[in-house]
Amino acid sequence: MIRTLAAASLRRHPARTILAILGVAVAGALLLDMVMLGTGMRESFRRFLLVQGFQLRIAPKGTLPMDTEATINGASALLRTLRTNPDIIAITPVLGAQIHVLQGTRAITSFAVGIDESTEADYQLEAGTNVAAPDHIVGNAAFLTAMHVHRGDTVDVVTGFDPQLRTYVGRRRLVVVGRGRFFYTSAEQPVAAVPLATMQAMGGPERADRVSLVLARVRDSANADSAAAWVDRTIPRVSTISTDAAMRQVDERMGYFRQLAVILAAVSLIVGFLLVTTLVTVSVNERLGEIAVMRAIGVRRVHIVQQIVLEGVTLSLVGAVAGLGLGLVTAHFLNAILSDFPGLPATFHFFLFQPSAAARSLGLLVIAGILAGVYPAWRAASLPIAGTLRREAIA
Amino acid sequence: MTASDTRAAPQGDSLSTAPVVAVRDAHRDYRMGQEVVRALRGVSLEIAPGDYVAIVGPSGCGKSTLLNLLGVVDRPTEGQVLIQGRDVGAMRDREATSFRLRNIGFVFQRFYLMAMLSARENVELPMAEAGMSAAARIARARELLDYVGLGARERHRPGQLSGGEQQRVAIARALANRPGLLLADEPTGELDAHTGAEIIGLFRRLNEDGTTVVVVTHDGELAAAARRTIHMRDGQIIPPT
Repeated sequence: MIRTLAAASLRRHPARTILAILGVAVAGALLLDMVMLGTGMRESFRRFLLVQGFQLRIAPKGTLPMDTEATINGASALLRTLRTNPDIIAITPVLGAQIHVLQGTRAITSFAVGIDESTEADYQLEAGTNVAAPDHIVGNAAFLTAMHVHRGDTVDVVTGFDPQLRTYVGRRRLVVVGRGRFFYTSAEQPVAAVPLATMQAMGGPERADRVSLVLARVRDSANADSAAAWVDRTIPRVSTISTDAAMRQVDERMGYFRQLAVILAAVSLIVGFLLVTTLVTVSVNERLGEIAVMRAIGVRRVHIVQQIVLEGVTLSLVGAVAGLGLGLVTAHFLNAILSDFPGLPATFHFFLFQPSAAARSLGLLVIAGILAGVYPAWRAASLPIAGTLRREAIA
Repeated sequence: MTASDTRAAPQGDSLSTAPVVAVRDAHRDYRMGQEVVRALRGVSLEIAPGDYVAIVGPSGCGKSTLLNLLGVVDRPTEGQVLIQGRDVGAMRDREATSFRLRNIGFVFQRFYLMAMLSARENVELPMAEAGMSAAARIARARELLDYVGLGARERHRPGQLSGGEQQRVAIARALANRPGLLLADEPTGELDAHTGAEIIGLFRRLNEDGTTVVVVTHDGELAAAARRTIHMRDGQIIPPT
């Protein structure tokens, strides 16, 4: 009967009920979006770093991975040393550099990485085949579009221009064998991958046996921070950062941003709470006579409180579910807008849906709905019956 | 249900000879701002099982205040109110609520039905509160609606019923848990003469079937239908001359 009465009460003013649900839905959507933004960027960055499961990034001493054009010399020796550590179970070297694709009299510039052919560490193949021979090249969609090439076409690629001899250096004719989605660059930036040896050879003596970065995977039972410390101790010419260390830096740098998200989430929660409180209070005040009559005919105070709280919970719950949908839609559009920011990797998302975080935030909204109903319900159920009936009769 | 339960409106304690109601020197004072209003000034009365009492008097004489004390929705400032032998003024809120639910039926001037519930659901409400099963309370609600002549209108909401019909639903609701005492505050006050007469007839029938009835009224015809009339003035019962 409590459920029947609560439902009847909500049906009594359908427009008001719908507006209340919409209000809660908007507050819930904002709450969800702020939670997705606050926790999603961090999680997205973590996934971004772990996209292929490499926990260590080994860069030239004093630099961040691929942050400068600096390279590590003695790459072969470096790789041999890394393989002596039993905790390191996979390594893949990367050499990044600018390349120029010749198109008649002009050259179109692109970024390229020389990679270990056995590991898809930098991209995921979308079509065709991986680089498996010295003259193979895989590009992303932006690269293929910018160079006006398709799979199977050949391209003339150079790594530089010698102004004295007025000739291109490091020239190679390569076959486009595949299209890939590159993890660490933006979708609109042309980028390509070639075999590491090809990239080193194109760079001439300056690039021989050099790499920009080495990615390393540590066994699950090992501590990545300890492995990173071992690398730094054993190979002084490199700086190693683990994913956990990178995440700690992210946490430090994004702290203010997360605080902002928490504040906005709290504001939306308070707005939802106040909205439900207002609606329930108005509804209860309209029904003081009815509530007094229920008390007079023997309905227990706790049952009246339960009925009114159930009304608040229903508003919050339905609003929260609607807010979930609304929040996901708005997050999708906001993410699309923010992801257009130049230079952002395609795999990076500002809003990341995490079921546990969504359940927590919307659960908070429902709890707010419960609390919103308790006070007006208890106040109404505690009014003196005779006095309330007398006032209602006079009114 | 037992055989005696099959009557629609049995009186809860009709075989007992002890008074259903015993009020002893009851006072009720209200504070209105700085002023103390003495609504009842030493009222004493007894109502026997199966009695039908009308309380009459001018507005403000304390009729409704007395009815509220009998209905356990208010407490005397001084004195004692015994319903079925129990001192209801000393009851805690939870106990008083449970007592009202099982022992007292209330009928109000303005019916006060739940607008979004059907006639049957309104009658079911006290039974649901008393923990009766859905099947049992539906059967009982139908029985009561038949008793008050509204068996065919159980699905109608209050807004779809006339004033007289709403009051009959309210009476059926008041009888739901087979109370020993039925209290009515101006039950014909909102009704036209013809409909009021129907309600008067219903109260008479209820009393004939064994229900102890106390009505507060300005309606001379309703008061005349009672077995006994109590006159009040200035918070006191006027002794019969």
